[in-house]
Amino acid sequence: MLQVTDLHASVIGAGDTEILKGLSLTIEAGEVHAIMGPNGSGKSTLANVLLGRPDYVVNSGTVEFDGENILQMFPEQRALRGMFLAFQYPAEVPGVRPWQFLKAALDARRNFAGEEPMSVRDFTKLFDDKVKAVGIDPDLVKRSLNEGFSGGEKKRHEMLQLEILEPRLAILDETDSGLDVDALRIVAEGVNNLRSPDRAFLIVTHYQRLLNYVEPDAVHILIDGKIVETGGPELALKVEKSGYEQYATAAAG
Amino acid sequence: MTLATARGEKYLADFKALKEARPAPDWLEELRQRGWDHFNSVGFPTERRGNELFKYTNLTPLDRGTFEFQIGQRVAVSPETLRERAPWSDDWTTLVFIDGWYSEGLSRPAADAGVTALNFADAEDRQPLREHLARYATVDESAFMALNTAFLADGAYVRIPDDVQSKTPIHLLFVTTPGGSRATYPRTLVVAGTNSRSSVIESYISLGDEACFTAPVAEYVLEPGAGIDHLRVLVENEQTFHIGTTRVYQSNDSTFSSISFATGPRIGRNDLHTLLDAPGAECTLHGLYLTTNRQQIDNHVSTTHAKPHGTSHQFYKGVLSGNSRAVFSGRVLVEKDAQKSVADQRDLNLILSHGAEIDTKPSLEIYADDVKCSHGATAGHGDPAALFYMRSRGIDEATAQAMLVRGFAAEIADEIGVEALREYVQRVIEDTIPLLLAEAD
Repeated sequence: MLQVTDLHASVIGAGDTEILKGLSLTIEAGEVHAIMGPNGSGKSTLANVLLGRPDYVVNSGTVEFDGENILQMFPEQRALRGMFLAFQYPAEVPGVRPWQFLKAALDARRNFAGEEPMSVRDFTKLFDDKVKAVGIDPDLVKRSLNEGFSGGEKKRHEMLQLEILEPRLAILDETDSGLDVDALRIVAEGVNNLRSPDRAFLIVTHYQRLLNYVEPDAVHILIDGKIVETGGPELALKVEKSGYEQYATAAAG
Repeated sequence: MTLATARGEKYLADFKALKEARPAPDWLEELRQRGWDHFNSVGFPTERRGNELFKYTNLTPLDRGTFEFQIGQRVAVSPETLRERAPWSDDWTTLVFIDGWYSEGLSRPAADAGVTALNFADAEDRQPLREHLARYATVDESAFMALNTAFLADGAYVRIPDDVQSKTPIHLLFVTTPGGSRATYPRTLVVAGTNSRSSVIESYISLGDEACFTAPVAEYVLEPGAGIDHLRVLVENEQTFHIGTTRVYQSNDSTFSSISFATGPRIGRNDLHTLLDAPGAECTLHGLYLTTNRQQIDNHVSTTHAKPHGTSHQFYKGVLSGNSRAVFSGRVLVEKDAQKSVADQRDLNLILSHGAEIDTKPSLEIYADDVKCSHGATAGHGDPAALFYMRSRGIDEATAQAMLVRGFAAEIADEIGVEALREYVQRVIEDTIPLLLAEAD
């Protein structure tokens, strides 16, 4: 489904300093992959580059989604093909209510798939059901999207969007950071409910704890812009125990 | 400076023609003359250097005197046209002025018992007119107030009796017609009696594309405990010069809540001043302006706290694109006696192009020592993070931009309490968004 080959990328305006330094990764439909790494290893850069954030520039390498090179595509074109990013720091969208925002996003997808926009009535029902399921305070959705939301509320909103938009590849960028156990469980349930043979997940995280609830098919260790080790769930436990220090020499070499 | 020039002659000829065609009672003749004399002595403020009030505004075209003042309505306008083009509801009390002149046929007289809403000329008791006209918008304050007063003829007079809670919005609609470059001097006087409540809408629209010169003056008098919801809609065409003045006099515990919406004219000036002249008066002055192309919208919003326990809130928002320009000049003056005053000012701008420019200047001048005042202004090019966030969900860039502009404007537009007017303003915003985005970069 997703094939990343020798990806090099940097931040615009940060000189020639590369953050991703030859990253390769393959994710098949139905799989859940976790990318773990210390701060500054390039985790968020990878998540954002995959969705085409304009602040980043890809210097070389390829990213294919369903066999299609997506690096020249706009973020919305990638999203319409089924990619989704749950943001580490979701932006505030003043004056736009979550209902309105999600209706526009869902209708864009339906339009791309050659379907009619969902009726207001059907969408409202879907929306209300999911708001309940994700445990969002119904008063909150009357506000502007993410404006004045706490960290946990923002993350729940990301999960709400994930559940409504039902992407084929969901990238979770440190969705677990700053969450209490209840919220963490909701995130995990969201992922587990949506797990299916034609959907894949890429969970980007610093800690192992979300992986207590979501069992990954593969765990990758990202150090200094490169994947230095790939393994099964046991690799996450190992890192949790002994930290990222052990990879310092690998990165230097 | 006097207007003894070829261009000055034009305004003088108009003034003389009005005097001849529409003679007035002595007090009004005298008032007009005072207006003319002041205008004649100062002329248009075309000199921008050292001219704080019009520093950013080029008024030279007014001086050329190419605008036509006409006496009496000459061009017919159908009710259907107004329904289509102007804010309108059959449920409102509406006074319509076509090219400056009252149209009885298009107007819908006061629906609420006791409420007076009529043309100056039709007022049976002219004493309130005599008492209040030009008392708050004085002829010697500016050339435009003077000029408007010199041409005082028809105008909207509204009186809400004491203790009346008027449910029916009162709409004062000033229209210019196609076929000429009109000069009009709309005039409004609203007197809100003790403990009364009312909603008053002033709107200014053009039906043609010609450059017009519109110089309205509106005076609002709030007696003790009175409350007015004031809505001002300026949607004249892109060639027009609109220089509007609003003067509000507030007695104790009165509340003046104003929302001003402006988009369209070449130059649109909203000079709004509230005088909190007794304890406990409160004003809320909100506004929204959208500018494209080479338009300029100039909000000159000021409040004088003259007595204790007054509250003023100024909050304006603007969206600018193309090579347009906006000015927000907000001023709050807290006088020595006005202890316990509360005042805040904010002007937020969304600038969509590099050619657009905002000159925002909130200012506080405080002579009392026990007050709570704050001010701030921002101008930003929109949040790239919000845009990427929306695009990452599959919303294309143009739609996302439109949603952000709509959301930015909604904070003010959604406050409009009169439903049919709110919908009208929302429609105008929808129609303007593509123009704003087409000139964005």
